[in-house]
Amino acid sequence: MSSVSQTFMKLFRGSSGPETVPAQGSPKLTRRSSGLGELSRSWESAENLCVLDLGSTSPANIRHFTEHGHRIYSEDLLTASTDPELLTKDEQGNAILDSRKFLADNLVYPAAHFDVVFCWNLPDYLHESLVKPVVGRLWSVLKPGGMLLAFFHTRDAGPDSPCHRFHIIGADTLEMQKIVLRREARRGPTGAVHTAISDGFQLQRVFNNRHIENLFRDFASIKFFLARDNVREVLVVR
Amino acid sequence: MSTPASGLAQIGKSVVIKGELSGSEDLYLDGQVEGSIALKGNSLTVGPNGQVKASIDAKGVVVQGRLEGNIQASDRVDLRKSATVTGDITAQRISIEEGAFLKGKVDIQRSDGK
Repeated sequence: MSSVSQTFMKLFRGSSGPETVPAQGSPKLTRRSSGLGELSRSWESAENLCVLDLGSTSPANIRHFTEHGHRIYSEDLLTASTDPELLTKDEQGNAILDSRKFLADNLVYPAAHFDVVFCWNLPDYLHESLVKPVVGRLWSVLKPGGMLLAFFHTRDAGPDSPCHRFHIIGADTLEMQKIVLRREARRGPTGAVHTAISDGFQLQRVFNNRHIENLFRDFASIKFFLARDNVREVLVVR
Repeated sequence: MSTPASGLAQIGKSVVIKGELSGSEDLYLDGQVEGSIALKGNSLTVGPNGQVKASIDAKGVVVQGRLEGNIQASDRVDLRKSATVTGDITAQRISIEEGAFLKGKVDIQRSDGK
């Protein structure tokens, strides 16, 4: 079972061997984001926003929102999805992740709690068995009228598109930082020891527009922004 | 990484405490603590070997190790790059180094009312 789980997690995280480059050493690229720009305009005069950032802990994002008087929650769902205790099997004996356990330990918030959720590229890199349950939970924790921003690769991006972290540095500007593997054993929030966690995730799927619309079908509206770097930005409203 | 200054109250890495910890001096904690820590007007440093499952009420908090619990700081919170924090943070100021892990809320409450 341990060799099966190791193989499963290797496919999930990426087949390249671990490197010794620390995550903070990877270069940052600046990227303009139309979706972020639209979000920023919508909350220009807003006070006491409640924001959820589902990417890696970003000091820049925390600083950005707290300096404007807002509250921000940080929860790295991709890292959380690497917990070995989530591994289970479906009825056909295929290795999957236990979505019930995942949602028992993560995204535990009161209903209608958040004004804004930043999914970043989470749906592209999260394991299949968790995507729909996570989106369903996000719907419930968003306030009516609350907005969610997510990025989806287009088919032209290619299957080896690297997973990035995103840092907000302006009203419509992001810094992207490639997540690289690192040799480090860190005890995660559940106490399990993770090696090379939160780094080197592999693109799990490429959504087409219809898939994206279906994924967010319970939301009130959806808007697409197509960018030059083979990414679709999607802004949905609950 | 910061090392404790001489004269600072210290809990070494082999020490395990369960219960309520309170004091009126700065504390460097590198062991295991479960319960609550109240150091109003003083600072707490969780060292790189520190494993804390407790709510914290202090003037300033520096985390280099692992903390599960909420932090209420009347001044500043510093999460160093080796920090793993699960819990909500309320402070006047916060500094988070690249590499720190946080699962929880950050709520900045400035005393000037802003």
